[in-house]
Amino acid sequence: MSKLSSYLNKHTEAAPLAAFRILFGLLMVISLIRFWYHGWIEKLYLTPSFHFSYYGLDFIEVPGQWTYLLFILCGLSALGLSLGYLYRSMSVIFFLSFTYIELMDKTTYLNHYYFVSILSFLMIWLPAHRYYSIDAHLRPALRAQYVPQWTIDSIKLLLAVVYIYAGLAKLNYDWIVQALPLKIWLPTKMHIPLLGDWLNQEWVFYAFSWGGAAYDLSIVFFLLYKRTRVYAFAMVVIFHLLTRVLFQIGMFPYIMIFATLIFFDASLHRRILASISIILGTKLSVFDNGIVAHYRASFWSKIRLGIVSLFFILQLLVPLRFLLYPDHLFWTEEGYRFSWRVMLMEKTGYAQFKIVNGNTGRRFYVNNQDFLNSLQEKQMSTQADMILEYAHYLGNHFASQGHEHVEVYVESYASLNGRGSQPYVDPTIDLMSIEPSLKHKSWILPLND
Amino acid sequence: MKHIAISKVFIHSFLILIAISYSSCTNEEDCCSPKTPKDSSFDREAMLTQWAENMIIPAFEDYSSALKDLAVAQDNFAADPSADQLAAMRDDYINAYLAWQSVSLFDIGRAESIALRNKSNIFPTSEEKIAANIESSDYNLELPSNFVAQGLPAIDYLLYGIADEDADILNILSEPNYELYLATLINRLDVITDDVLTDWKDNYKAEFISNQASSATGSIDKLVNDAIFYYEKFLRAGKIGIPAGVFSGNTIMAAIEAPYSGIYSKEFFDEGLNSFQNFFNGTSVTGRPDSQSLRHYLDYLGAEKDGVLLSELINDQLNKARTAAIELSGDLQNQIYKDNSKMLNTYDELQKAVVLLKVDMLQALNIKVDFVDADGD
Repeated sequence: MSKLSSYLNKHTEAAPLAAFRILFGLLMVISLIRFWYHGWIEKLYLTPSFHFSYYGLDFIEVPGQWTYLLFILCGLSALGLSLGYLYRSMSVIFFLSFTYIELMDKTTYLNHYYFVSILSFLMIWLPAHRYYSIDAHLRPALRAQYVPQWTIDSIKLLLAVVYIYAGLAKLNYDWIVQALPLKIWLPTKMHIPLLGDWLNQEWVFYAFSWGGAAYDLSIVFFLLYKRTRVYAFAMVVIFHLLTRVLFQIGMFPYIMIFATLIFFDASLHRRILASISIILGTKLSVFDNGIVAHYRASFWSKIRLGIVSLFFILQLLVPLRFLLYPDHLFWTEEGYRFSWRVMLMEKTGYAQFKIVNGNTGRRFYVNNQDFLNSLQEKQMSTQADMILEYAHYLGNHFASQGHEHVEVYVESYASLNGRGSQPYVDPTIDLMSIEPSLKHKSWILPLND
Repeated sequence: MKHIAISKVFIHSFLILIAISYSSCTNEEDCCSPKTPKDSSFDREAMLTQWAENMIIPAFEDYSSALKDLAVAQDNFAADPSADQLAAMRDDYINAYLAWQSVSLFDIGRAESIALRNKSNIFPTSEEKIAANIESSDYNLELPSNFVAQGLPAIDYLLYGIADEDADILNILSEPNYELYLATLINRLDVITDDVLTDWKDNYKAEFISNQASSATGSIDKLVNDAIFYYEKFLRAGKIGIPAGVFSGNTIMAAIEAPYSGIYSKEFFDEGLNSFQNFFNGTSVTGRPDSQSLRHYLDYLGAEKDGVLLSELINDQLNKARTAAIELSGDLQNQIYKDNSKMLNTYDELQKAVVLLKVDMLQALNIKVDFVDADGD
């Protein structure tokens, strides 16, 4: 107990936290501008008439043209967070608006968006604005050269959770023994300069698969250990830029590269901040006041610690929830999301829905393009929870059009990691008779391995 | 000393990889010496070149020249509105419609940006809209609302459906305002097709071939998506499924392709299916070299299902669809009326290939069915 309290009382320089705040905020601003620039707000949120929601969160809807305002709000709060201006409010607004955007449609789920959401939640509780921020500039009483050690360590811990769970997820038969799905992905990238010629070689598939797993499992330890840190960081840069070259994964490589800078000593961050300071013509030295941003044993600081602790307990448990479900995880995808299963499988599917009048047996098929965009259709056709949600939407839609005794069936096929297409959902089940829930979906047909 | 080490390793690895990641998103042409194709690698550039040179551009050339013949026939008819000239014009029209079936799936580049397919073959056509346009002579065929009053389906109506008897059709078509509308439609098809063809030759071919990226914006991914989209929406649903009532529960006879001429609808379907299969196999029509195509690429990648080559399974399934269609009468409207179950059989065989194409083939080729260029993780 005394060990814990002495750890909680340890303090360190605030510069890493401030540099992290600035870089993270800026990357988020760039991400949001990029998202808008590519026209994805329109394509992904405004054009589709139907959106897939998360279980229990169907009240979160796309707010029509207000979506643009939501993105502006999100972008401005990211800027505020970066500048350390009204930091507490901005970090709360950023977390809420970014998370709201991500929850509007399950189709666009990406692990790295989830990472941004939870990281920004964590940042609400960290004193990242006490050093080199507008807030601290305006209010000298806020300035602190030192912050509790645990506040910086919490970011390292979160990165450790992400990497290690991502590494553990790779320890499966397909990835390790078969070098799948890289064996499928890499040979189609042979036009890439320099690397391309190697990308159809068997040993390269295994080198990338095993190397990727080893990287994820070990990189945090090499970053923590001072003597290997520089080389580990070089590996971080190489690894993430390699993924950037091979796959279309947007801003994620850059976010991870900059995030891992948190492992370095304060001297690096002081130099980063000093450089920014010179460019902006501000004085860094006014923040070097020797003051420690202590968290006194007040009620609120206990609440804060409690929330952060609870947050990490959840982060450790949520990726393990797949253990509660039977059957093949990659096939059913029960407990797949929010678990750092990144670039882990190649799954394609096809789902054709049949609307049947339960009394007369009259039937017709649905043209999915009437209701979904291609990305939604693609995501839906390999994920049973989305198939069910869409089936209910179709059933209600046709019932409201005057069709009677509406039953909805699906003829669906999926292929996992090159196994070949096989039936996915039981085609004899009326999906209208099944209520969405988090329970095991026994109506998914077994994977024929 | 330590700082120098950090900066060195960091800056060097960063710069090198930024350089790679940057160069991979620019045209290979600009940055690298041409790679000599090796036995061990599949030459994506060669496939794109052959698609452009042996398949796409020749198909547009055929279609364009068929349209020019039709335009000449229409001129001849205008000069001499006789039954013979009407028959000659109809022949050229059917040839143009047949040639169209081989370009429809190449909805990429200029064809895509000017909406060639929407302006050429949206059916059923609107008799009311056509009548209103002819009446007012003040219309804008660029408007999407006028897509149903132009193109090959509208010409089908004018040449075959505007009256019951050929003699009446002849009389109506020799009226100046009807003649003008027909000439306008034909010339417009000719102009927009030439626009696409010229662009392919002068500009787009180079861009198409150099864009070898395997992402949603790469040429291979785009054209394969376009071809599958064509297969699913225009061939399977448009020509067979929708009129047979697959998507509505009721047969829709008016929804068949070219319903006024009638007897060619089955031939148009066959031609569409052949074009798709030729594209898959790289088969060119007579006199042109065959191409490396999806079949070769799948075989190179070793794509199999249950121990059988995926390319064989796809060809078998497309052949089954063709065999099922042999049972159909030349006039699909007649077939629906007589015995719709044969239409449904054909649809079912076409449908089975969709699973092989969209699930198995796209996975093997690592192409996303994805017309939205969004991020993954």
